[in-house]
Amino acid sequence: MNTGHADIAMTLLNIFGVLTTAVLLTALLTWGERRLLGFWQDRPGPNRVGPFGLMQVVADMIKLFFKEDFIPRFADAPVFLLAPTIVMATTLLAFVVVPFSPAVGVIDMHIGLLFFLAMSALAVYSVVLGAYASGNKYALLGGLRAAAQTVSYEVFMGLSLMGVVMLAGSFDLRSIVMAQENGWFLLPQMLGCAIFLVAGIAESHRLPLDLPEAEHELTAGFHTEYSGMKFGLFFVGEYLSILLISALVTTLFLGGWLGPWLPPLVWFALKTFALVCLFILLRAALPRPRYDQLMAFGWKVMLPLALLNLVVTGSVLIWRG
Amino acid sequence: MISILRSLWLVFRHLFTRRVTVEYPEEMPYLAPRYRGRIVLTRDPDGDERCVACNLCAVACPPDCISLQKMEDADGRWRPEFFRINFSRCIMCGLCEDACPTYAIQLTPDFEMCEYDRQNMVYEKEDLLINGPGKYHEYSFYRHAGKTVSGKAKGEAAGEAKPVNVKSLNL
Repeated sequence: MNTGHADIAMTLLNIFGVLTTAVLLTALLTWGERRLLGFWQDRPGPNRVGPFGLMQVVADMIKLFFKEDFIPRFADAPVFLLAPTIVMATTLLAFVVVPFSPAVGVIDMHIGLLFFLAMSALAVYSVVLGAYASGNKYALLGGLRAAAQTVSYEVFMGLSLMGVVMLAGSFDLRSIVMAQENGWFLLPQMLGCAIFLVAGIAESHRLPLDLPEAEHELTAGFHTEYSGMKFGLFFVGEYLSILLISALVTTLFLGGWLGPWLPPLVWFALKTFALVCLFILLRAALPRPRYDQLMAFGWKVMLPLALLNLVVTGSVLIWRG
Repeated sequence: MISILRSLWLVFRHLFTRRVTVEYPEEMPYLAPRYRGRIVLTRDPDGDERCVACNLCAVACPPDCISLQKMEDADGRWRPEFFRINFSRCIMCGLCEDACPTYAIQLTPDFEMCEYDRQNMVYEKEDLLINGPGKYHEYSFYRHAGKTVSGKAKGEAAGEAKPVNVKSLNL
């Protein structure tokens, strides 16, 4: 009986710990991104509010909460309200399967990787529904792009991970990390890692692949009509998916929590942080491709490469026996 | 592919370059002595207003923000009855300073002149006049000009010859 209670307490601690950390880190990321972008553009970035501008996060939050909660007359109100919550919910749900360290992690599913793929595929409903319910032509165009982009990039996102699954012999993320004890999957699966990273950028609608938003063509794309905290939710969702993709690349290709000397959680955090910085660097450095270029790149380059990676990995595994 | 990696690297290197931002209220930027900022009206070395209300500055002013009215005082000097600059229009071009024949109107390296009320941007003569000669310490218009004012008759100005009595000439 006592051990049962302890188990439940541990599980609850894990759940709320992961939830709080994820949301807090996301909030910090809005500041971190602007700060880093500033450094890369030879300017200080937000540094006025609090030490190093850290309180900027709080200031932004207060601002978003106190803005008018506006729903346009021409919008489909229930769907319009529902849409921003979906991206938050699915992305947070996907965090469930991430093993942060041997002790931390919400659940170990046999189908952990598939669960993540399902959740990231569901996240697009948020964008498409929000865009559709806005009743705005720019939002609709953004939604169309989001749908096409996600469908195209989802395909090889899944395929690029199959190499890892073959090497580890499991869909369970914890077993995948354990399988990397003799060397990260980054080396044998370099191609898979690169493809997954590109697909991850497309999935989280980050620059340079943020065509659903594309400020200079579509005003603000799918969230043109959104304001206040509803807009904030879309934003938090975007940053959450950056964190999620970084955490997954860490788990799948960089050996998760594995590493010498430092505690496992620190290793995980360090690797994830480096990847998040890479995401921000991509935003700072690269321009957005044209829409047809994006589609052509996805279907004509990334998909064949992902298939090639799959075939080569399979062949090598069979040849080795 | 190579170009993408190269631009990533180039941008990353900017992490270690000096930032160009000057954090203004704490850190004042250097302004050259001849920076074109707030406009002042200067006085000559004797402490009199230099402005002779010739209107050349108002004519030169592209946004027409200067307005003034001439008057002549008891000792024969010309001066502005009022002199008004609307700084909400002024573009700090310095053409008034170029046009001024008496060095009266000058631009200073000061740009901190924000107001909450637009009407406060209209500066009157009292607001514009300063107590010194500005950039030209020695110059005084009436010491050079041929115009008669009280205390200086014809021919007494610097570099001016005595007036010639045309009837005394033997032709």
